[in-house]
Amino acid sequence: MDSWRKNPLVFWVLNLSPSVWLVAFFIVPLALVWVLSFGEKRGLLDVAITGTLDNYARALQPLYLEIFWKSIWMAAAATMVCLIVGYPVAFAIAFAPSRWKPYLLLALMVPFWINILIRTYALIAVFRTRGYVNFTLEWFWDQANSLLGAIGLGGYGLMGARFEPLELLYNNFAVSLGIVYAFFPFMVLPLYANIEKLDRSYLEASLDLGAGHWRTFFSVVFPLTWHGALSGVIIVFIPALGAFFIPDLLGGTDSQLIGNVIERQFKSANDWPFGAALSFLLMYATFGALALRALVVGRKQGLEV
Amino acid sequence: MTAPVRRPHGSPRNLIGPLDYTRRWWMRFLVAATFLALYAPILTLIAYSFNDSRRNIMWRGFTLKYYEKAWNNDSLIDAFVNSLSIAVFSTAVSTLLGVLVAIFLWRFKFPGKSAYEGFMVLPIVIPEICMGVAMMAFFARVGWPTNLTWPFNLGNIIIAHIAFSFPFVAVIVRARMVGFNRELEDAAKDLGASEWQTMRDVVLPYLKPGIVAGGLIAFTLSLDDFVITFFTAGPNTITLPVKIFSMVRFSVTPEVNAASTILIVITVIATVLAMRFQAPQDKQEG
Repeated sequence: MDSWRKNPLVFWVLNLSPSVWLVAFFIVPLALVWVLSFGEKRGLLDVAITGTLDNYARALQPLYLEIFWKSIWMAAAATMVCLIVGYPVAFAIAFAPSRWKPYLLLALMVPFWINILIRTYALIAVFRTRGYVNFTLEWFWDQANSLLGAIGLGGYGLMGARFEPLELLYNNFAVSLGIVYAFFPFMVLPLYANIEKLDRSYLEASLDLGAGHWRTFFSVVFPLTWHGALSGVIIVFIPALGAFFIPDLLGGTDSQLIGNVIERQFKSANDWPFGAALSFLLMYATFGALALRALVVGRKQGLEV
Repeated sequence: MTAPVRRPHGSPRNLIGPLDYTRRWWMRFLVAATFLALYAPILTLIAYSFNDSRRNIMWRGFTLKYYEKAWNNDSLIDAFVNSLSIAVFSTAVSTLLGVLVAIFLWRFKFPGKSAYEGFMVLPIVIPEICMGVAMMAFFARVGWPTNLTWPFNLGNIIIAHIAFSFPFVAVIVRARMVGFNRELEDAAKDLGASEWQTMRDVVLPYLKPGIVAGGLIAFTLSLDDFVITFFTAGPNTITLPVKIFSMVRFSVTPEVNAASTILIVITVIATVLAMRFQAPQDKQEG
């Protein structure tokens, strides 16, 4: 590697245009939002920068705190599901015969290449009242009902008069499920990377010495791979909070993520200073989480997943 | 990484070893169920774009009429043409910028380099919605004119797409750069090649697979982007994902499935190609 002094012309030719682009079309817009967050709304699009902290204070009002709480809850539940399902899946891929591994990883990645919006939309057909989940349940209901009929209990309506489809869409459950579906590979990949690196003799030792599989998991595997779990949790949880289109497509009237509140301030409510403050709160949360990870994982792994 | 344990010849294959997690039925069941859950909705969506029924419920036979309908839907085609135009311009510029960054970071050390690298990955790590609202506020502040002719009417979206794509290109090209033998560059210079000749005849040919892969990724990122475009686009500059979003909110029709299927096919093909171009280098490393 050369010192930049050795060839200043090449140094500047290489970095000038990307640096200018990044500053002009990324840093400046973000700085503008940051400045806006200290402003006051005067007219329709007129914002006076007064240095007020009102926008941040407003985020602490009970109304918004309640929305945030629910939002965090939905995203956290989804993250937990990703973690609980992700661990065994990552385990299975890591311990699969080496000729299967690339295919299993590929199979995990392919849905991930597909537009996140389209994947969210795809869930509607599966979960609506006349969708596949309900069709499957109805089929089981019919089978059980005719079984009851066959053993002479048909007349009592033990299963209810008829099949009631579950309302799986347009509620908080659907939003959490949508998050799981959209972000699941983000969880498995860092878990896989860590489990793959695990020294298998530790597992063998633990099993040989009489610990069961559960105990081995909690006393050996988890303590050695929780860095991956932490990375996964961060890269699922934070983007999930901003994914406003998931509640828009799958949620009910009162299911909102922080992203929906931000989107509303910019698109319909036209309160840019408040939206700006909220989006910076989300940014601070992101940086906080990344800093936390850097702190516990160590600088060595940096930003790689 | 430990080598896979080879079973001694002649030992019974049906004996499950303690670490043969993939051979346990419950593990297989779980993995199968997960992959089913990942794929079923997408495959259903694709299948129903060919279904001869307006209500995506029962299979009523194969048809291409929803593709025909999508083809005759002017606003959908407009959105698709916009998406492709944006993706082409964004790919061209972000590939160039990404390659410059990759060569720059590979070649030079300078004070504040790790901070510079941190800045370069910022567009990758911050939540998309934050970048989206930043772009919206920025172009409103700049007063980006809305009555320009093609392709300048898409300029604001293209600029935003470049800003989030080129750091990805830089990451991909840099991965390729790692395997480059610097002596080749020194040899070229010793033999009298100028900076520019060395770059053109030695460095860039070596980087080519990485550049192609990076370009393809930039293309899919741009084509696929919903969140940032949603905030940047004006009412007359709709892209395909934004159009799909508004159609889905309005009503769920097989036409949306057809439009989605087209987008899925394009992005999956582009990504497969990108992985192909990156593959030889992975083999060298491994």
